[in-house]
Amino acid sequence: MTDTGPTRTLVIEREMPHPPEKIWRALTEGKLIEEWLMTNDFQPEVGHRFSFRAMPVKNWNGVIECEVLVVEPHARLVYRWGALGLESAVTWTLTRTEGGTHVRMEQSGFASEEGANYKGAKYGWQKFIGNMERVVGGLE
Amino acid sequence: MQAVTDNVFKALADPTRRAIFEHLSRDGEQTVHALTHRAGVSQPAVSKHLGVLKRARLVRCRHAGRETHYSAQPQALAPLVDWMSVYGAFWRDRFDQLENLLKRMDP
Repeated sequence: MTDTGPTRTLVIEREMPHPPEKIWRALTEGKLIEEWLMTNDFQPEVGHRFSFRAMPVKNWNGVIECEVLVVEPHARLVYRWGALGLESAVTWTLTRTEGGTHVRMEQSGFASEEGANYKGAKYGWQKFIGNMERVVGGLE
Repeated sequence: MQAVTDNVFKALADPTRRAIFEHLSRDGEQTVHALTHRAGVSQPAVSKHLGVLKRARLVRCRHAGRETHYSAQPQALAPLVDWMSVYGAFWRDRFDQLENLLKRMDP
């Protein structure tokens, strides 16, 4: 990702009244991930390629291609998140606190890879996210 | 939509173009001459940068006599802002679901 656009970062942080070990399970066990995020074939192994799958819609197969980049049990998890030619990295950081855990999610590097710009050209990002949200919402 | 967004990202990836865009946003319409004076690069370089900004719809130009005047079109940034806010909403909702799951899980 060189010279393809400014890096943008989205950060969401929350204090959760649960120990890091428990939150780590929810972030790394496929069945549990599915309950709050999406169906997946995640494995907590660096280099493991996996995908999140939402329901396919017109011009988008519903697949988010990912790769595990960092696994530090109970502390830090990073995966590449790529869909429709847009690449980003999702970083989870767990910090133990007196009452539980400080959970931080950072998604950064919203730039497109050269040559992949028009992979999903007919499919707007807002529509993509909107659909993903609706699909995930429908699973509950 | 995505092609437009990509163009905006690329246009603003370059610091000189960012400076030109910020300058136009802050101080209003400018001629190429005035922009060249401020930018500290050659006029052909400034014109090239303006061309990239124009294709991304970040600036608009009008010709008056022998001068070309450029002005900023900050609404071109809307797709990025909206996209970020929509993604933010997505993750906040996922955080809620994660917390619901944690409540259901054994300690």
